[in-house]
Amino acid sequence: MIFFWAFVVGGIICVIGQIMFDVFKLTPGHTLSILVVVGAILDGFGLYEPLIDFAGAGATVPITSFGNSLVHGAMAEAEKHGLVGVITGMFEVTSSGISAAIIFGMIGALIFKPKG
Amino acid sequence: MADKKKKNLPPSSQEYQAFQQQREVKRPLLKNCIKAFLVGGFICFIGQLISTAYIYFFDFTEQTAGNPTTATLIFITMLLTGFGIYDRIGQFAGAGSAVPVTGFGNAVISAAIEHRTEGFVLGVGGNIFKLAGSVIVFGVFSAFIVALIKTILIQWGGL
Repeated sequence: MIFFWAFVVGGIICVIGQIMFDVFKLTPGHTLSILVVVGAILDGFGLYEPLIDFAGAGATVPITSFGNSLVHGAMAEAEKHGLVGVITGMFEVTSSGISAAIIFGMIGALIFKPKG
Repeated sequence: MADKKKKNLPPSSQEYQAFQQQREVKRPLLKNCIKAFLVGGFICFIGQLISTAYIYFFDFTEQTAGNPTTATLIFITMLLTGFGIYDRIGQFAGAGSAVPVTGFGNAVISAAIEHRTEGFVLGVGGNIFKLAGSVIVFGVFSAFIVALIKTILIQWGGL
C-alpha cells in the first residue's frame, strides 16, 4: 500500500511544482527554492514527519524533504547543545544528498563529455 | 512589478508587449500536470522500491532509509544525465522530473559535465552548484530560522 501512496503523494508534490511553473511562471530555481523553504516550515510545525510515515518515499524523494531533514538535523543537535547546535547539526541528517551530488557530479564530469 | 516595468517603456514596446501577451501560446496546464504527476509519482515509486530494499536487506528504519535512497537515486541520475536521457525526460515531464531529488542531482551533475571544458578547478569546482546552489542556500537559511525559533520556544518558552 505504501507504494501506492508514495506514487500519489510524490505525484501531487510534482503537480504543485508544475502549477508553480505554468500558472505563476516561476523559473525552476525559484520553484525548487520555495519548495525547500516550505518543507522546512512544515517540519517546523511537525507536519512533515507524519507525511513520511504515511507516504514513505513519496515524501522523502521530493526536494521538500531536503528542507525537512535540514531542520531535523538542526533540532536534534539543538536538543543536546542548545542554540549553537542549530548551526553544527544542520547537515547531520541530509549529508547524503549533498555529498552524493558532489561525488557523482565529479565522477560524471570525469567520465562523460558534454553533449550538444 | 510588471506595471512598473511597463511604465518605463516607450509606447511602441508597450503595444508590442500587449500583442505578445495576446499571441502567447497557452501552456496546456492540465496535460502538463498529468505528465508531472505520472513521472514524479513514478520516480517516488522507484524511490520507495529502493528504500524498501534498504529496510529489508540492510537494517535501515523507515525514517533513516531516506538517506541511502537519495544517494542511490542521484547515482542513477548521474548515468541518465551522462547519457543525455534525463534531458529528454525533463522535456516531457517538466516539474515531474525537477521536483524529486533526482532533479537536484541532475542540476548538479549537468553543471559539472557542462563546465569540465573550463578545467576541473575553476570549471567543475566553481560551477557545480551554479544551478542547485539556490536550493541549498535557501534550504539552509530557512531551516536555520525555523530551528532557531523552535529552539528558543522550547528552551525559554517551555513548549
